[in-house]
Amino acid sequence: MSDSTNLVYTGRVWKFGDLINTDMIMPSAAFRLPKNEQHTLCFEAIRPGWANEVRPGDILVAGENFGMGSSRPIGEVLRGCGIVAVIAESINGLAMRNCVNSSIPAINCPGVAALFEEGDTARVDFLAGRIENVTRKKSLEVAPLAPLLAEIVAAGGVIPMLVKEGYIHPEPFVAASS
Amino acid sequence: MGATTIEKILARTSGKSVVRLGEVAVCRPDIVVHIDLPMAIEGAWYRPAKVFDPERVAVIFDHAVPSPSIKDASAMAEGRRFAREFGLKHVFDVGQHGISHVVAAEQGLARPGELLVCADSHTCASGALNCAGRGVGIPDALQAITKGMVWYLVTPTIRYEFKGELGPMVSGKDVFFHIAHTYGGHGGASVEYGGPGIRALAMSDRRTMATMSAEIGAEFAIFDYDEVTADYLKGRLDRPAMPAHPDADADYLDVRTVDLAGVEPYVILPHSVPRNGVRLSSFDQKIRIDQAFIGSCANGLIEDLRVAANIVRGKKVAPGVRFIVTPGSQAVYLQAVREGLFEILVEAGAVVTNSTCGACFGYHMGVLAPGEVCITASPRNFKGRMGSPEASVYLGSPATVAASALTGVITDPRTVAGLRG
Repeated sequence: MSDSTNLVYTGRVWKFGDLINTDMIMPSAAFRLPKNEQHTLCFEAIRPGWANEVRPGDILVAGENFGMGSSRPIGEVLRGCGIVAVIAESINGLAMRNCVNSSIPAINCPGVAALFEEGDTARVDFLAGRIENVTRKKSLEVAPLAPLLAEIVAAGGVIPMLVKEGYIHPEPFVAASS
Repeated sequence: MGATTIEKILARTSGKSVVRLGEVAVCRPDIVVHIDLPMAIEGAWYRPAKVFDPERVAVIFDHAVPSPSIKDASAMAEGRRFAREFGLKHVFDVGQHGISHVVAAEQGLARPGELLVCADSHTCASGALNCAGRGVGIPDALQAITKGMVWYLVTPTIRYEFKGELGPMVSGKDVFFHIAHTYGGHGGASVEYGGPGIRALAMSDRRTMATMSAEIGAEFAIFDYDEVTADYLKGRLDRPAMPAHPDADADYLDVRTVDLAGVEPYVILPHSVPRNGVRLSSFDQKIRIDQAFIGSCANGLIEDLRVAANIVRGKKVAPGVRFIVTPGSQAVYLQAVREGLFEILVEAGAVVTNSTCGACFGYHMGVLAPGEVCITASPRNFKGRMGSPEASVYLGSPATVAASALTGVITDPRTVAGLRG
């Protein structure tokens, strides 16, 4: 079970390789879909059908330069898929902030690709900086998530924080499509 | 220990005397640029209830202009409503529009030593003007617009020291390709461009290089401020510039010297940029193209259109090739009309479009079919970026794209007859 208040997540691992870019996570065709369908195209170009297999609480493990590319809201798409945490050999700076701002803790962890096989169970403590393979009883230590970023994750992301503080309207704007 | 340019700007905007590596700087933006796309993606945009400073929030429509769909039309209607509600000072609606990074430079919104926030990954474009910008997400933009607040990780910086001068038919695009091919990704690091050689790098080349820096995963990318910057900004700023200069004893992750004279035209192969280039002088593949594109925040400038027109003047685009040219802004468009560049391009068989992000992100005005091949001067070549995931996108400089449009295959611009000297 995961404890999002304390940023400890336990879940099934999905493994992806190096150079996973934003357009693989959210192809531009998804821009035109309703929000609750945008995640259905996630990884469609490289792993068709994946969006039907992923389950809420799963954890994504990736290789080098995860999330390189554009500003598109990949954190929201991954959240729509049910992904609760991202660990990669290295994460693009923009992708990292898009995940964190959508309440998905994301962290650089050199060696993580070798730590997990797909389907293993991971236990990740972002405040302690401990990544554990529960299935194979191996672990790695990394720098913990910065306190401000941890606060954003624990608060449910930037949008709920801005709503709570009265800076934005509580419901998203929806552009008319017909 | 001294500070880098970026460290100085992050320190000033976070109200500190210094920032330290690894900390999170919470900054007050000097300017926030809001674009149309966030409002078109369903569920991504929330109406602001407050604006931190109506003089420091600009609206520029760029991604889907004029609207190709009802959704985009509705998004821009919302943008107009937002601008009216809060009496925003800087609004660039259809007619005054352009790609936001191009407009921000032209209109003096990207100012030396300042911090610019925009929810687009190529926001690092502002670095050409010594203005700190790095792509952020839509929640960041909302936080910046409403609260006047944005956070950044303070990362190490890699400095490039340029020397020498570029050869003929070699551009800032090729300098960037050389860096991307030689050194690969720059994830987790900002990039500083300086050294004696930047004197010989035109502002248009700097703008291309700063913009392209997103493709090597750089955090911020920023040029030193010099006379070229000052010249470009003359008459564009409504308050004095406050350039940021790196200290002589600033701490860098690495300092790398690049001799501009040694840079050759490159082509970048599909589907990623770092360490994926080939010097055209040794590129022996005959790659037939279906489309050639010059445009985008990276290469939609008047200098790029001049290069293209000069290469195709009096010649014809190869049969079966669509040559699409998209100026980066209305100002570029008007200047190109005045110089007669569109006449030359259209006579050669090019299509000149309205200014927009358009084909670069596969949304409209030049989307690729399965199996098609495109050579483009835009920044990104991901699978599916410009349309079908079954299409192949190669990157080149405007000169390389124009030369390839004439021959129908990816071509070294130095080999096109009548151009030497």
